[in-house]
Parts: sequence; structure tokens; C-alpha cells
Amino acid sequence: MQASEEKTVTAAPETLLRHGRWAGYRGLLWARLLELAREPEVIFWVFAFPLLLAMGLGLAFRQAPVGKTPVVISAGPGAARLRHWLQAQPRITAAVLPAAAALDQFRLGRYDLVIVPQPGGGVLYRYDPSRPESVLARRRVDDALQAAAGRRNRLAARSRPYRQPGARYIDFLIPGLLGMNLMNSGMWGVGFALVEMRQRKLLKRLIATPMRRSDFLLALASSRLLLMVVEVALLLGVGVWIFSIRVLGSWATILLLGVLGAVSFGALGLLTACRAQKIESVSGLINVVMMPMWVFSGVFFSYQRFPRIVWPLIRLLPLTALNDALRAVILQGAPLAAQGGRLLVLAAWGLISFALALRGFRWS
Amino acid sequence: MEKSATPAGLAAPDRAASPPPPAAIRCRGLRKTYDGKVEAVRGLDLEIRQGECFGLLGPNGAGKTTTIEMLEGLLQPSGGEMEILGQSWAGAGRRLRQQLGISLQETRLSEKLTVRETLRLFASFYAEARRPERVMAELELDDKAEARVGKLSGGQRQRLAVATALVGNPRLLFLDEPTTGLDPQSRRQLWEVVRRFTRAGGTVLLTTHYMDEAERLCDRLAIVDQGRIIAEGAPRELIHHLGGEHVIEAQTAAPAPELAEICRRIPGAQAVWPTAEGCQLQVQRIEDSLPELLWQLQARGIALARLSTRSTSLEDVFVQLTGRQLRQD
Ligand SMILES: Nc1ncnc2c1ncn2[C@@H]1O[C@H](COP(=O)(O)OP(=O)(O)OP(=O)(O)O)[C@@H](O)[C@H]1O
Ligand SMILES: [Mg+2]
Repeated sequence: MQASEEKTVTAAPETLLRHGRWAGYRGLLWARLLELAREPEVIFWVFAFPLLLAMGLGLAFRQAPVGKTPVVISAGPGAARLRHWLQAQPRITAAVLPAAAALDQFRLGRYDLVIVPQPGGGVLYRYDPSRPESVLARRRVDDALQAAAGRRNRLAARSRPYRQPGARYIDFLIPGLLGMNLMNSGMWGVGFALVEMRQRKLLKRLIATPMRRSDFLLALASSRLLLMVVEVALLLGVGVWIFSIRVLGSWATILLLGVLGAVSFGALGLLTACRAQKIESVSGLINVVMMPMWVFSGVFFSYQRFPRIVWPLIRLLPLTALNDALRAVILQGAPLAAQGGRLLVLAAWGLISFALALRGFRWS
Repeated sequence: MEKSATPAGLAAPDRAASPPPPAAIRCRGLRKTYDGKVEAVRGLDLEIRQGECFGLLGPNGAGKTTTIEMLEGLLQPSGGEMEILGQSWAGAGRRLRQQLGISLQETRLSEKLTVRETLRLFASFYAEARRPERVMAELELDDKAEARVGKLSGGQRQRLAVATALVGNPRLLFLDEPTTGLDPQSRRQLWEVVRRFTRAGGTVLLTTHYMDEAERLCDRLAIVDQGRIIAEGAPRELIHHLGGEHVIEAQTAAPAPELAEICRRIPGAQAVWPTAEGCQLQVQRIEDSLPELLWQLQARGIALARLSTRSTSLEDVFVQLTGRQLRQD
């Protein structure tokens, strides 16, 4: 039986497949893309999550025109007259309550201002200087009451609303989300994926073949870049289509920033992954690296809310550089040449990470 | 062993005509110390000829994986020298890897890829590779060609690991415990794959825990214990060297501490080692030793619960050489 088996093997001599220089690279890239496409988590975190975030936040912080200002008048002599005057105002609603109840409701946020009639016809405003709507209420009520009491405006002034896309919260948000997404998928897509392969001993198995190690890294980087193009197109596409964001800069410039961001954060991911043996440890590491940037790099709110003295430090973070550059290009149409400093920061992070990662990288 | 001890000039006449082919694997004084503490391999000499199937046999932690991974160029030795297919790792690198097929003791391949895709990927690294379809057919994986690796059974994954080693059309195959966890049928099927590979001129170095596998599959083997080779040769040779061709296994009804001592004094007893409930005794001539043993036991009033005889296997060689008893004596 063995002999007959042997015969069938020799009867049909096998023709071998011949592979050229780039066959390994193509094989790795194709395998990586197949894996990504079959990973439902990747589809969710890379594509669906940022879109959901953009929609959710876009709806929550949709900027409606400032509405009517609710104010309360402490009951007492003169309250009825004040109320009469204020009721004539289209943008103020006034109620009358006993003094204690009025202050109480003000404290709870029902009203933006408490008006206390004073003996002799004057009024006392109780307001909270740290609440913008309270400050606004005081101005509106004071204007209304002064006018009712007979003040004349000396200067003829008119106003006309001016609202344009570019200054809304969603305009601020979308480039920030784009930057954050490039960071997330670079760190996870490279760092986490590598450590998982190391833990599975798959990296070791790969270097036991004649595979070029540079091909492996190149394939990983290429798959990141391909994914990046989809990420950018999707997020900006939704921004333009649903939130009518106006992209002022050129798409080529944006794509170039995307490439730089994806490569730099990929290198940072490579660095976090260069030694970790377990996915648990690399997950912790990735979060530690990303956490400060979520807070400081102006994803959801401008870092200019932090004390001015720390701005220079914040601007040295790679995500800050990427977000600032993306905002300048998308919202202001800034040319790439004007972004030198930011590009330098981003590239420096990428290069230094890559150099360190290559020196310390463990395949097993 | 005897052959390698003979000077080359005095070798058999038929080999004198053409120079012997260079060894597929040769290493001298191979050592590995992990973290400066754990001496996993302590000076190993091996010479594996082309076309032979060589087995490394040893208990857990003996240093088999460490040894094979150093030979595979995946682990830096702490000392010693080695030559693979006549080349050293320092100079050859990727060129050498083109000729090697490697299956590690434990690799979890990408679960999202199918069997065919996995083999295509591994084939793509080799300048000349075998067709994935042929390798799948050889390992009877063809009905699983489109199945994701994550959905394969343990034995199927193991066969796929061997398939990834074969797909590069290697001259030298390293298999670290290729049949651990396989059912008997799959094991025999894998043996057939290995035999076919050596018949076609390939060389195999494998590690195993299974004595019967080593005995039937390997042309020669080395028994490794605590990082050293404690015996080397063809399986039959090793058994023969041990002296006794037969093993008597006796179990007493009640614990009898003196049993081992009695056995040792039986004429013709080559080796004795205690088991959980009795004793094993290795003898040359069973017809002399067995009656003597029975008579001795009867004289002392020791009742037997079980008595069996069999011919010596590699298992016995293994227990004798690596068991506690040997080193205590
Ligand atoms: N990376 C490592 N770091 C430290 N010690 C190690 C390492 N790898 C193996 N060892 C130790 O080296 C010794 C030999 O291990 P090795 O894996 O070579 O044994 P083995 O013969 O392959 O065992 P098994 O049959 O269980 O696979 C063991 O004592 C093991 O604990
Ligand atoms: Mg092992």
C-alpha cells in the first residue's frame, strides 16, 4: 500500500510556485487586509464609533439661538409694575414669587435672575457673575427697565445676525475626532496587533521563514495607510454631507496630514509594542500614552481653556500638532507650508519612536 | 555511534568512492543559559546526516525545544558552534531559511484566515514553494481548505502547522512535538508524511514524548535529560545496549518494601526499578529468571497481585536512563 502511495506521488511530479522579491510583502498585506475586514471590532471602533460620536456630540451641542430669558421678581410693593414692564419684552419671561422662594428657584436654575423691588422705585439685581445666562439676563432686564423708565439711546445702532459654518462646535469637533481616530487606530492597529502576534508566537513563526522583516513592517504600515484613507474619507464625508462642514483646505493636504498622522502614531504604537509579551500589558501602556492626549490635545474642547503657561507643553504633544494642523487646513484653508512647526513635532515623534522601536523590538 | 568513531579513511569501501555528504546538522558543545540562571542546555553534540529522521526524546523541561530553536536560528546560544546544511547562521540567514521548514511547539496562527490563505501566505515567503493544494492534500486538510483557522480542531491546527513547514519545499524539516495531541490515526498519517519526506531525500529533526513514535519513525535518536544527551543511537541499538531484552513487571498484593532487593538478587537481572505497586525487572533470559523470582517470593510468603512480561521498549530505556533510580545509584 505504501508502495502504491509512493507511486502516485512520483507519477505526478509537482511544479513549484516561483515567487519574486515582493511576493512576501504582497502576501502579508493581503493577509492583514483580510484579517481586518473579518474583525467586527475593527469595523466598529475604526469606522462606526467616530461617526456615532460625531453625530451624538453634534446633536447635543447643536447651537440654537439664545432663547427667552426667565427671570423672577420678589413679591413686594412695585413688583406688579416691574412685571408689567417686562411682559412687554419679547425675549424675557417674568414671574413673581415670595422673596425666599424666588432665591431658592434661582439657585436651582429655574430663573436666571432675581429682581428685588426697592423702596423708592429702584431695583436690586441678584445674579450669579459666573453664569453667562445670568449675566445676560441682568443686561437684558436692565436695558428693558431703563428704557421703560425713560432712557433714550443716543447712538443709532442696528444689528443683523451673521452665522456661518466654521464657527460651530461640530466644525471644531470633526477635525479633532479625525485626529483622535488616527491616533487610536495607529496605536491599537499596530501596537495591539503586534503584541497579540507575539503572544501567539506568530511573530516567531514568521521570522522562522525567509520573510524579510522590513516587508513585515512595510505591510503593516501599508495596511494602516489604506485604512487611514477610508477613515478620513468617511469622517470628513459625513461632516460635509450631514453637518455641512465647509472644507476650505485642499483634500491633498488633508490626506498628507493623514499619512503623517497615521505613520507617526503607528510608530508610537510600534514603540509601545516593542517589548510587551502580553496584550494586557500593552493595553495598559497604550491607554497611558493616549489618555493625556484625549484630555489636553483639544479633541472635544480647545486646550486654550487650560492656563496659558502650559500651552507650549500641550503643543508638543503629537495629537495637538495633528489636531491643530487639521483644523487650520480644514476650517481655515491654511496651506501646508504654514504648518511647519506642527509637522515637525509630529514627524519628530514618529521618527524618534520608530528609531527606538527598531532598536528594542523583540520578535519572540 | 560506531560509524562516526571510525576514521574516515577506514570507512566501508562503497562510501570511500564518493565523499560522504555533509551533515545536515552538526553542533558541538551547544549551551543555553536563560537569564544567567537556568541551564537549559549544557553542552550538546549532534551530527545528523542528510536523509535521516532524527529524534530528540526527553521528559518535560529536558531542553528539547531550547535545543531545536537554537538550531533553527531563533534563539541565541550561550556557547558552542553549529552548522546547518554546511552553513553557519551568522553568514547565511535568509538564504538558509529558504531551505528549512519549521514547526514550533506552540504557534497560534491567525484565526481569521482560512487554511488555504494561511498556506498561501507562508508559501509567498519562499522563492520556490509548493502548491498549497498539494500540501493540503498530503495532510488531509483539503476538505478544510476554506475553513477559518479559528474553527479548526486541535489536531487539524497541528497538521496545518506542519503544512506551513512543508509548503516552502524544504530540504530540512524541524518539527517540535508535531504529534502531541493528535489521535492515533492522525499520528500515523503524520508519520507517513515524514517518511515520504525522508524517502524523497529530506532530513527531519523532531522532538517527541512518544516512545513508540521515536521507535518507529526515527532512524536515530538522542535521549536528552537536563540539557545533556544521555544516550544516542538507533532505537533497536539503544534497547540492545540496555542489556535485557525482556521486562518482568510484578505487583504485590500488599506493600512489600523488600521486593526491590529480592529482584536485584535474581540471577540475570540487568536492571531493577520500583513502580507504584511493585517492581520492574529487566532480564536477558526470561525462562531462567522468572521461575527464580517466583520461587523467592513464595519462600518469603509474598503474594502477587499481577505478573506480566514483555519485550523491552524504548519506554524502558527512557525510564531507566532518566528515572530517579538511575541517578540515585
Ligand atoms: N524563555 C525561558 N526563560 C527561562 N527559562 C526557560 C525559558 N524557556 C525554557 N526555559 C527553561 O529551560 C528548560 C528547558 O526548557 P525546554 O522548553 O527546552 O524543554 P522541553 O524539553 O522542550 O520541554 P517540553 O517537553 O515540556 O516541551 C526548562 O527548565 C524551562 O523551564
Ligand atoms: Mg518543548
